[in-house]
Amino acid sequence: MDEIRGLVVTEEGLVEQDLMRDTLTKEMWVNMGPQHPSTHGVLRVVLALEGERIVDTEIYIGYLHRGFEKFAESKTYPQFLPITDRLDYISAHAMNYGYVLAVEKLMGIEVPLRAKYIRTLMAELTRISSHLLWLATHALDIGAMTVFLYCFREREMILDLFEMVCGARLTTSYFRIGGVANDLPDGFIEKCREFCNIFPQKAKDYDDLILKNRIWLARTINVANISGEEGLNLGLSGPSIRGSGVKWDIRVSEPYGVYDKVEWEMAVEDGCDVYARYLVRLKEMRESCKICQQCLDFLEKDDSGEFRAKVPKVIKPPEGEAYACVEAPKGELGFYIVSDGSTKPYRLKIRAPSFANLMSLPKMVEGALVADVIAAIGSIDVVLGEVDR
Amino acid sequence: MLALVVITIVKLLVLFAFTMTCVAYGTLAERKVCGHIQDRIGPCYCGPRGLLQPLADGLKLFFKEDITPSEVDKPVFILAPVLAVAPPLLAIGVIPFGESITLFGHKIPLVVADVNVAVLYLFAVASFSVYSIVLGGWASNSKYPLLGGLRSAAQMISYELVLGLSIMGVIMLAGSFSLTDIVHAQKHWWFVLTQPLGFLIYIVAATAELNRLPFDLPEAESELVGGYHTEYSSMKFAMFFLGEYANMVVASAVGACLFLGGWNPPFAFLSFIPGIIWFLIKLFFIFFTLLWIRWSWPRLRYDQLMTFSWKYLLPLSLLNIVATAGVMLWMHRI
Repeated sequence: MDEIRGLVVTEEGLVEQDLMRDTLTKEMWVNMGPQHPSTHGVLRVVLALEGERIVDTEIYIGYLHRGFEKFAESKTYPQFLPITDRLDYISAHAMNYGYVLAVEKLMGIEVPLRAKYIRTLMAELTRISSHLLWLATHALDIGAMTVFLYCFREREMILDLFEMVCGARLTTSYFRIGGVANDLPDGFIEKCREFCNIFPQKAKDYDDLILKNRIWLARTINVANISGEEGLNLGLSGPSIRGSGVKWDIRVSEPYGVYDKVEWEMAVEDGCDVYARYLVRLKEMRESCKICQQCLDFLEKDDSGEFRAKVPKVIKPPEGEAYACVEAPKGELGFYIVSDGSTKPYRLKIRAPSFANLMSLPKMVEGALVADVIAAIGSIDVVLGEVDR
Repeated sequence: MLALVVITIVKLLVLFAFTMTCVAYGTLAERKVCGHIQDRIGPCYCGPRGLLQPLADGLKLFFKEDITPSEVDKPVFILAPVLAVAPPLLAIGVIPFGESITLFGHKIPLVVADVNVAVLYLFAVASFSVYSIVLGGWASNSKYPLLGGLRSAAQMISYELVLGLSIMGVIMLAGSFSLTDIVHAQKHWWFVLTQPLGFLIYIVAATAELNRLPFDLPEAESELVGGYHTEYSSMKFAMFFLGEYANMVVASAVGACLFLGGWNPPFAFLSFIPGIIWFLIKLFFIFFTLLWIRWSWPRLRYDQLMTFSWKYLLPLSLLNIVATAGVMLWMHRI
């Protein structure tokens, strides 16, 4: 505590002395999590506080560790697919996508165009639903509860679409090595089109509530700053790094699926703060909606019905290794597989975006206030299922 | 003399019942309004359209286990929730609900105690509310409640200043500290028209005093888990909520008296409707505004809240006083 000088009445009359002389102050350690309303699961952040200001941050993870990478070594390739759903459990399609891409690369399978379009459509719907859940919880953390329910209203529509396609709403396991599990059901395209048409109007509701709200701006602008360079050094990826002005999106730099065939724009903001990351995700949702529309246009006309490539009954990739990555809603999701020629992976490594992104948190909240930690955690959008694996 | 005692006791009972009903249905109103704002319908299973929900809530809380954590400072821990409920109940007594009515040959004023310094009394009593939060946070002997208590101490002290200053304009115009006189002074012009800035500042400061969004930092659940009441359960926890909603009723009632003309009808030709109805309409209007704000806005950060109070609201309310005084002097000269 700094010295504060002032006049004090003593036996010798008025004497100037340090008023804080007898005051003992020390840092207070606060456990935020693993059970805390805003740590989005079982994240534990230990904060050293001086008043409300943060002196030190330490992140403890592992409360949700299920040993997926080791688990993969005892599962055949198709058997591991449903496990990937449980990584980032709110964007299961994107997780599937990363895995099947890696296996296909290993085996050199060419996926039919229709399957590619279906996959892209699903991946983009997933991105919208994941970003909706992010916006909902992020706004809730900052205190705007109404946004939360608006977002869930639209997310419900997407989950209904997933249910139509594969019967599951959350852990979908719809992708297969070489394509997808089955063709789109009747009526799906109309229903999806309906969603894509009304979504931009619905998204305006969220903007009306917070986009220009003075309190929202005060809470997010210039909060939890991280420069593009620092972000890259810490392995930040996805919308979080694009909020720091880095033009890096796997969909552009290493296009997979049909991202090179559809028209869309990469969302980049230069703000480096929570607000910039918020704007990036808002724009991404709208761009995803555009991509969905174009995918639907193709799927409507296409009648090839080829939703899966011819793949051997027993998946037995040749000896070798492959790395494939996709732009998951949270950032770069990569699967690195080493095959020894058997039906099971010899080694499988998952590059989980949330895990890498979380490492930027201490940098972001240096010297910030307790309330900023909440905003920062929200803005990098972590899902603990993916962090701990 | 006996008649006076009986009348006062009856008035007290009626007022107590009224406040408690307001509080109970305030919670229901909160959930219903919030539900409709959020595209839901709110509670609807208990009784017709969920009308018995407050009863169900009360019963549930009553039968919950009352946990007193082992490390707490027991007497203070028990005292804090009591202090939360007492101030609003004390305050409601000086609020005039309407002009006097004549019953059985007695002229009965619709106020329990028509004190000539009612406004001062109100603020004196209201400032007790901060003790419940600070003591609750301190006695819990836990980190999050402590932070909540600290925040609220700073917040409530700064906003009480602003709250007090925001109504000075009204008092200068009415020339009295008595709520009845202030209402009488608004026969033709409500003070919301002559003191618009004062009214706005009052609403903002009252929201902060009530610890409601966007100023609900002491109990910001996303940061401080439950804030000062994290360690409380059962009826002790319910007492904090009773206190909060009773405070809302008082703040709305005071707002209606000071700025919205109390029991005066908006237009003279509407005076066939009894004054008390007008008063209640205005009271619930302000109450609704408080709910509306809560469900539409995010939360401020602690330092922003203090900056807002000291750098903007306080100078503004001082400016309001000076401007009011200047205009009054000028009018007087003419």
